[in-house]
Amino acid sequence: MNEHDTLGERLAQQGISRRAFLKFCTAVATMMALPPGAASAIAEALVKAMRPSVIWLSFQECTGCTESLTRSHTPTLENMIFDMISLDYHHTLQAASGFGAEKSREDAMKEFYGKYLLLVDGSIPMNDGGVYSTIAGRTNLDLLQEVAKGAAAIVAVGTCAAFGGIPNARPNPTGAVAVSDIITDKPIVNISGCPPIPVVITGVLAHYLTFGELPELDNLGRPKSFYGESIHDRCYRRPFYDQGKFAKSFDDEGARNGWCLFELGCKGPTTHNACATTKWNGGTSFPIESGHGCIGCSEPHFWDAGSFYSALSMPASPLELATDAAVVGAAVGVAVSVANRAKKDAAKSAHTTTTIADLEK
Amino acid sequence: MSLHNISIRVEAETGYSVGSLRALLAEIAAHLETLARDGASGSIDLNSLPFAPGEYEQLRQLLGQGEVSAHIEAIGPSEVIETRYPGVWWVTHYNVEGDIVADMLEITDIPAIIRSQPEDIAGGLELLRAQLNDEVQQ
Ligand code: SF4
Repeated sequence: MNEHDTLGERLAQQGISRRAFLKFCTAVATMMALPPGAASAIAEALVKAMRPSVIWLSFQECTGCTESLTRSHTPTLENMIFDMISLDYHHTLQAASGFGAEKSREDAMKEFYGKYLLLVDGSIPMNDGGVYSTIAGRTNLDLLQEVAKGAAAIVAVGTCAAFGGIPNARPNPTGAVAVSDIITDKPIVNISGCPPIPVVITGVLAHYLTFGELPELDNLGRPKSFYGESIHDRCYRRPFYDQGKFAKSFDDEGARNGWCLFELGCKGPTTHNACATTKWNGGTSFPIESGHGCIGCSEPHFWDAGSFYSALSMPASPLELATDAAVVGAAVGVAVSVANRAKKDAAKSAHTTTTIADLEK
Repeated sequence: MSLHNISIRVEAETGYSVGSLRALLAEIAAHLETLARDGASGSIDLNSLPFAPGEYEQLRQLLGQGEVSAHIEAIGPSEVIETRYPGVWWVTHYNVEGDIVADMLEITDIPAIIRSQPEDIAGGLELLRAQLNDEVQQ
């Protein structure tokens, strides 16, 4: 069997019925946040789709992104997506090691030059010649530049690859940067989140397979279908926010009644992600449903944006107060980037070490 | 172990709702009106809705169960249930592990997933002919 034949051929070989395939396409439509009615159009396109070669590079990361994907609640679906791609290099998942592993990457790069997808998780250290993270004796920077050259597109998986993430948090000892800080001549999709929602990763892959192009992106390079709305826009506690009913501590009457967590530091209003609808752990819940505010992990510099437990409108420094007040009335898409820039600057000028007291604020 | 095996009791009966169910029911009614008038089908992806805890279970209770229910085995089970309101179908697709991979309301006379697909019909015919040929040869 040819490793890179069409999906239709592979499904036929596996004896999968058209009805089963239609069901699968319905799941894919849901995954891509498209209307369920799109399933038959997806089926038509997918049957003819060629399996693209995928090279996955892991840099300064905690493997949480890979864990999120491989332990996601729809293993069969994700397996089918993996069936739809040819994962030619992923040093955590592949069986090959050492020279054999690097050779499979080089072979895939040669055979599918200009056509393969490059997935990256983790940030790239730039300080001291990039010595802080190396693979097979080569720096992450060196490897990224080489593999990016022949890639059709790059998917930055997780907040580290997308925006620098935790390695990039002050004082950023390794000089960690995002993929887009280095590669500027390739289409890049940022799938931020710490970790990102697994279905968003597979949804983007499915979109690329189905339509042969990357999905529409927001101003931070994230797919609009998943990051188009804020957590706050889709939060089931929103009616309480609108009524001004706020929990004031984690164990008061308001908290028990499921009121809004804004005053307890919820970053939902400035955070764009699909957690409120996609949820986590097989659709069980998401942080706000468990009684904790959103920490904003899919936004740039979320780690340095002040305490997770201080309210957006009551920030530590007056500078943030002014900007965040403006956020409320401003257009959301633009406002978020403004807020983040302000947070970054404010954070730079007023950095304090986080203490237990901060958590109790 | 699948998450569905862990017995978590969701506070369904408490009637706790932040008001989104009413909006959803109104949307279903609008779809049903279109179906009745023009015969045009519609669907609502339940995965994309921000349910408050218990609201999903309440929706199940509200829509109830009608005359038809079908079970499909295709890369994992699927449940197709006509609700108490004819024309409103609850379609849930599971994977082999029993996790939900798609969950929606279809407002239509019959959900597409129930129909035999032309490709499968052709395949079935081929199979039947082959069997007939075998019997002739024996
Ligand atoms: S809990 Fe957070 S996201 Fe939800 S309504 Fe309150 S502030 Fe918005």
